[in-house]
Amino acid sequence: MASLLIKNGRVIDPAANLDTIADVWIENGRVAGVGPDIRIGSAQILDASGLVVAPGFIDMHVHLREPGMEHAETVETGSRAAAAGGFTSVCAMPNTLPVNDNPTVTSYIVARARQFAVTNVFPIGAITKNSAGEELAAIASMKAAGIVAISDDGRPVMNARVMRRAMEFARSLDLPVIDHCEDLHLSAGGDMHEGLTSVRLGLRGIPSASEDVMVARDILLAQLTGARFHVAHLSSRHALEMVTVARRRGLPITCEVTPHHFALTDAEVRPYDSNYKMKPPLRSGCDASALVDGIASGAVDVIATDHAPHPGSEKMQEFERCPFGITGLETALGLALEKLVHTGRITLPRLVELFTAGPARVLGLDRGTLARNAPGDVTLFDTEHQWTYDVNKSFSKSKNSPFDGRSFRGGPVVTIVNGEIVWRCDR
Amino acid sequence: MPAGLLGIEELDRAEIEAILSRAKDFQLGPGQPLRKLDTLRGKMIVNLFFEASTRTRTSFEIAAKRLGADAVSITAAGSSVSKGESLVDTLNTLAAMHPNAIVMRHAASGAPHFLARHLSTPIINAGDGTHEHPTQALLDARTILDHRPALEGLRVAIIGDIAHSRVARSNIHLLSKFGADIVLCGPASLLPPELGQIAPGVRLTTDIREAIRDADVIMMLRVQLERQHEAAFPHGEYFQFYGLRLEHLALAKPEAIVMHPGPINRGRELASEVADFQRSVILNQVENGIAVRMAVLERMIG
Repeated sequence: MASLLIKNGRVIDPAANLDTIADVWIENGRVAGVGPDIRIGSAQILDASGLVVAPGFIDMHVHLREPGMEHAETVETGSRAAAAGGFTSVCAMPNTLPVNDNPTVTSYIVARARQFAVTNVFPIGAITKNSAGEELAAIASMKAAGIVAISDDGRPVMNARVMRRAMEFARSLDLPVIDHCEDLHLSAGGDMHEGLTSVRLGLRGIPSASEDVMVARDILLAQLTGARFHVAHLSSRHALEMVTVARRRGLPITCEVTPHHFALTDAEVRPYDSNYKMKPPLRSGCDASALVDGIASGAVDVIATDHAPHPGSEKMQEFERCPFGITGLETALGLALEKLVHTGRITLPRLVELFTAGPARVLGLDRGTLARNAPGDVTLFDTEHQWTYDVNKSFSKSKNSPFDGRSFRGGPVVTIVNGEIVWRCDR
Repeated sequence: MPAGLLGIEELDRAEIEAILSRAKDFQLGPGQPLRKLDTLRGKMIVNLFFEASTRTRTSFEIAAKRLGADAVSITAAGSSVSKGESLVDTLNTLAAMHPNAIVMRHAASGAPHFLARHLSTPIINAGDGTHEHPTQALLDARTILDHRPALEGLRVAIIGDIAHSRVARSNIHLLSKFGADIVLCGPASLLPPELGQIAPGVRLTTDIREAIRDADVIMMLRVQLERQHEAAFPHGEYFQFYGLRLEHLALAKPEAIVMHPGPINRGRELASEVADFQRSVILNQVENGIAVRMAVLERMIG
């Protein structure tokens, strides 16, 4: 494998506490060195002047829809969208058809990824069989086949006793338990966040309490079991408060926030446009600003997209009949720059940490750093270039994004996976 | 402004006044003979009802015919809608027939707004889910104005299942635009606190006596059992606390009028004596429904 030399970029590697103009040398798919003015005669040179050179971004919450829903997305198209968003690794949620609740499905996803994905793909296994919330899935065998965490994303385990057993078992395997925290009885029938907008539009509400109740339950169960518990797509300020308090008590609890939850509010929902419909729903302005505060203070560990592709035919319906979820891989960095960095709320190293060392730490991956011998995953991005998102040019098979036509300042420029350039911005 | 009528919230006062004043021209005086007009001759109006409704559909049909338009009514049962055709496909099919307007009722909030974004045909909302029912609010306003000189300063009590009521939302927006003092009343489970911020001049109470005290207008809502996904109050206890009884009327202003969008559940939200009470204007509302819908159709298509 050829060697690649990334010259003169601003190298930011939060895991190594590094922020300096330097060169990054990648040899045989791994980082061979970072330093000033590296000279390797045979290496391919990539000029990164004016760009940030960061460890490859990791999106720990993605729906690749394969197997079973290939009309919405595939491992290949999803990973191409990921690369175009600056991500070098994605975690695939298990709510496929069939559900990834056994090592055969896990191995299938791993094999498809090896053949078709341009990024690394790490499967997440189901907590319960068929994510039905009753009987534990084949968690240990799935771990042997390659899962990095367990979750019944989208169909949360309602039975606290089952969740307790899952946490105990996950702890013995040292796997994190990721929960989509939603009390399905409280949220039943809801279409958007319960608040003034839902009341105005005559849409049924999903109260924040439906999330808070489950976060509270899971924190108590994590305390009981000692499991590593990770809150998926945290959206409510009360839930964030509880996570913060629990961490202060020393519990191994982490959380992720999506770009759409800190960038948009329920008041911005375009009336009856299903590209604004997702779970958890866009919350109030108070919630969104609390999420930004939490990202700035360190209470939030990870930015993850919850990329949830749905074909147009499913999203072109009455609002209440449309499925939940929006795509997000290609707009994540642009939104994070806009709402977090350009506003002065966080530094660039902190931004990079949220996309790299943060998720690597939650999942225990040996990635998210440019340390010598780490996998050669690198994300190059700029912070100034003006560009406009055109969803029709998305690499994703689905086009359900509320950010179509939005202008951004800064975004991904080159994505390198295991030493290979897999995507390059064409502007 | 898009053609059509999707809701009261986005209308301005002048537009509402124009419709109400034109509706007055279409009212039939006592003993006045019915005269058919030809204002909309050669125009075609499709009434598309995805949800059962006798009175609203009939009212729109009569309004269209009195203006000389051709009206075709399609109800969901028996049409391709019940065979699983999507809303977009159904409407595309209808639009290809080039109607001049589509009058639409649908159980999903926002269904007409969704279609209005994808079709160029003007859409008149005849009730969408729990969102709006603009012509009902217009006919209610017309009815109040037949008994009172102005809406401004009137105290209007709206009582019942506000959370699930499109009639309430449209009325709140309309009355608020004209400076009425609105009191919403119902059990807390049907009265989300955010309703207090939906428009200026709105107050909430869970006490029916407080709501009725000094009211000029009492609007009773249907208890929309079909829109409730679970029991929001103990079975059988609604009428006890929120049913309108004759003794309540003593608390209101002496000339207060009682309204109801119909159909009435006697003994559920209205005591039978109240429904027959001389100051009930419920049948008056039905008549005004036609006049107001004529004004709306004429304005949207004419």
